[in-house]
Amino acid sequence: MKALLFALRSFGRELRSGEVLVLLAAVGLAVAALTAVGFLTDRIGKAVARQANEVLAADLRLRSQEPVPAEWREMAADFNLETADTLSFPSVVFNGDDSALSSIKVVSDKYPLRGAMRVSDELFGEQREVDTVPASGEVWADGALLARVGADVGDILDIGELQLRVSAVLTYRPDQSIGFASLAPTVVMNIADIDRSGLIGVGSRVRYALLIAGDEQNVASFNEAIQDKLPDEIRVRSQEESSERAYNAADRAQRFLSLTAVISLLLSAVAVAMSARRFAHRRMDAVALMKSLGATQGFVIQVSLVQLLLLGILGVAAGSIVGYAAEGIISRILADLLAGDLPEAGLRPVILASGSALVLMLGFALPSMIQLRNTPPLRVLRHDEMPPAPSRLLVGGLSLLAVAALLYRSVGDPRMLVILIGGIVVIAGGLYLVGRGLVAIIGRARSGVGVAWRYGLANVARRGRDSAVQVVAFGLGITVLLLLTLVRTDLLEGWRQTMDEDAPNHFLINIQPHEVESVGEMFVTNDLEVPTFTPLVRARMTSINGESVKDRKYPNEDGRWLANREANLSWSAELSSSNEIVEGQWWSAEYKGPALVSIEEEAAMNAGLTLGDKLEFFVAGRSVEAEISSIRKINWDSFQPNFFLVLSPGALDDLPTTYISSMRIADDKQPMLIDLMRKHPAVSVIDLGAILQQVRGIIEKATLAVQAVFVFTLAAGIAVLFAAVQSTIDERRFESAMLRALGARKLTVFSGVMAEFAALGAAAGFLASAGASILAWLVATELFELPYEFSLLIWVAGIGAGIFVVCVSGFFAARGAVNAAPVDVLRGVTT
Amino acid sequence: MPDQPVTNVLEALELSKEVSSPEGSLTILNDVSFTIRKGESVAVVGPSGAGKSTLLALLAGLDLPTRGHVVLNGANLSDLDEDGRARVRADSVGFVFQSFHLVPSLNALENVMLPLELAGQGDARKAARKIIDKVGLADRWSHYPAQLSGGEKQRVAIARAFATEPAVLFADEPTGNLDSRTGETIMALMFELNRSSSTTLVLVTHDNNLAERCDRILALDTGRLVRDTGAGA
Repeated sequence: MKALLFALRSFGRELRSGEVLVLLAAVGLAVAALTAVGFLTDRIGKAVARQANEVLAADLRLRSQEPVPAEWREMAADFNLETADTLSFPSVVFNGDDSALSSIKVVSDKYPLRGAMRVSDELFGEQREVDTVPASGEVWADGALLARVGADVGDILDIGELQLRVSAVLTYRPDQSIGFASLAPTVVMNIADIDRSGLIGVGSRVRYALLIAGDEQNVASFNEAIQDKLPDEIRVRSQEESSERAYNAADRAQRFLSLTAVISLLLSAVAVAMSARRFAHRRMDAVALMKSLGATQGFVIQVSLVQLLLLGILGVAAGSIVGYAAEGIISRILADLLAGDLPEAGLRPVILASGSALVLMLGFALPSMIQLRNTPPLRVLRHDEMPPAPSRLLVGGLSLLAVAALLYRSVGDPRMLVILIGGIVVIAGGLYLVGRGLVAIIGRARSGVGVAWRYGLANVARRGRDSAVQVVAFGLGITVLLLLTLVRTDLLEGWRQTMDEDAPNHFLINIQPHEVESVGEMFVTNDLEVPTFTPLVRARMTSINGESVKDRKYPNEDGRWLANREANLSWSAELSSSNEIVEGQWWSAEYKGPALVSIEEEAAMNAGLTLGDKLEFFVAGRSVEAEISSIRKINWDSFQPNFFLVLSPGALDDLPTTYISSMRIADDKQPMLIDLMRKHPAVSVIDLGAILQQVRGIIEKATLAVQAVFVFTLAAGIAVLFAAVQSTIDERRFESAMLRALGARKLTVFSGVMAEFAALGAAAGFLASAGASILAWLVATELFELPYEFSLLIWVAGIGAGIFVVCVSGFFAARGAVNAAPVDVLRGVTT
Repeated sequence: MPDQPVTNVLEALELSKEVSSPEGSLTILNDVSFTIRKGESVAVVGPSGAGKSTLLALLAGLDLPTRGHVVLNGANLSDLDEDGRARVRADSVGFVFQSFHLVPSLNALENVMLPLELAGQGDARKAARKIIDKVGLADRWSHYPAQLSGGEKQRVAIARAFATEPAVLFADEPTGNLDSRTGETIMALMFELNRSSSTTLVLVTHDNNLAERCDRILALDTGRLVRDTGAGA
């Protein structure tokens, strides 16, 4: 109680004196940075995920071959979720005598739940976004279909028993990329018309879907609640499966955002640790004095802890205000990106940041406080009497515990946590050891330099342990910033490649074998490169290693679905450029032996298949058996025709085959497609332009998000380094005054201080470059699954940044120290 | 002496202090014994490195001897742990240092209040004001150490030392950082307070004039007690 009262009373005085401002600033800065980054990652992450969900037109999709029972709709309503129904099936559409196969998409009023359809009022006209669906008695039809049947907006189409008026040209619907391989041009009609159409009958191939969307939390709970109850015939599809490429981009952006959150946390930790050290150091004399005046150890530590806590609370309050304000400013800047009905971030990031800062403060400042407790009272007589340094185990243990606890919240993945913590420990340990080595070398180098440098380098060497600690702090700060730069560059580069302007923008499907040659010729006459035609054979898998696919047990539902669905098979002599063998071997080009099959990696995993397994297929009344000889990884980003199952040449000879192909056709060459459709009416042309645009949209947003968060974290990092330099300035004040009293010119003293900072900065930058290279390699390969190349540039950047940042912050911090009148400083020593 | 134990406020018995150095063990204080009575003023003198400050640290319980022991106001300091010794200091010891040791973040009055608050005294502010007035700083109580001259700082330090009315006041070269005139006034103030509150004064000094004004002189040389003007007195 006595300690509490005393702490409260003296805290006010300490605040007035400004003694505690550095620690206060560090905690405040940490909270502000964590709040702002937390807010950004939260909101931007949601925006990116929302965009990715567009591909599904919903957050969740239940699909079935039968109508989805009402109970699921009711259940979704119970979870406060919106629903919409869709049916899709192939049907022939007539305009008078002209007819074409089309894919009928029947939708209820609220479709789509995410994203919006776009239509135009005439063929190739200006498109606009709509938030309705076609009225009953009307349809919106794909331009390709209208062209094929010679119809235009306003004409009447016969679909089943109905006559429906075309009220608009459909140019885009969010979920058009789903299952596009079986897609003919789409006609969207209202669900109210379906019963009268006579299109739904026994044996019709209708796919029903229930679209679900709403609050993220509710969607997740709903998804969890239905997992065990769903009958086999209903499958759930969530955003992850909807578009590999779009999802990958969003997912990587999310991971990057988590990484920046982690990094701002580490930067804050460095700032708090450095400031806490200074706080404890500065209080040492006061504690020695209090002890000489009769204060007990318990009293000293209680007072220190109460004051630390008060500082924390004050810092948290100040930081929250700054962070909240920054939140407002940033959200205005990113208004475009964050547009929409995203929930407000609210107080959550502030609370999380505040809690994190307090945990950091306890973890990093407690060892210093414990050291303070042991300050010998003898220090009042002998100023060089120091308390024994706190045990490294205690310092390391407490700070690691604090960081691990907070990291786990951000990372959420034990494996990543181990990688990160391991990286930090190895780097910090390495930095410290090498730092001491460098400090020793720097000390030796001083004989060959001028007086200013000699003074500066001698200082680095004299403060051996302290210098090494500073090198570790600066080094860690620079490491994480370099890491962030590297990963960001890799990420953006990867996306740029994904968004290659030469990526195919059209698919041709359903090309009959006899048409391959004439279709190819059309490309030649139009000065286009003849694309590769990939064979496609529809088949059903009947048994695996002699066991019926129906009876077999699978590692998961996706595997069962894969084995039981109608499969698209292909064959090839050569391995596609977008494929990579991960197990087994691809057959030689001349292979003529028994049928072999190569399976996609994930499909093999889901279905529990491995090399040597024998798959039996049933194709057009014939049975084909093939042995798995290799497992492939497919780069889905390539937009090339790819298959889960590819057989060796000859295995599917004489079976009903069609061909598919993908190609890039420039805008000015696209009229040849109309020609092609007219000459080969059975061939379907699928325009990927809209899908590509959709993917680009997601990647552009993700890129913007990554850049924004990067810039903010960088700024916070530099501010933290600045604070760290500030915390080392005390002793320099006295030395500068001493030197100037001895007759040194200001410039000489200043050069000396700058030399010291330059040496520290170079050492930290050198070590940070090494650390960042290793960490970036780990993060790139483990977290983002991107290739990584070691670069020399990083060393130049690291050492340059080290010298620059430490010197610039040092310049401002030391200016006051060097400029202070020597007499004031020297007088101030004897208080 | 044995029949009047209560008048002995400080007792040093065969005190030795050794420290380890790169050249091996170094003896700083060697077998020093003496007794100081209540109200006595004692000067500890000797050349640099004679062990004066070490002796002061041991007598005040800031450090522990390698051999021998100190009895301060009836308590054997060697029997106490650090907190125990701190309590003894809080009850019976005041300090005046060569470099003043004021807390820079506290003003003059707050510096004087510090030991009173540590001792849990009720109205620390009132008591501190009183003694601040006594040392002649009535109009400067709100100034911070950086705003005070050397002499004024030492006055604050003296006010702080006497604030708890300690049984023993230890002063380590109290005039060492002051010019001779200021030093003179400071010492006059100290002796006056010493008399008026019948505090025992133990003073470490280089200044022979100052030493001569004390009741008794203990002279140290290379860790040994070589002269004690009050021995057997």
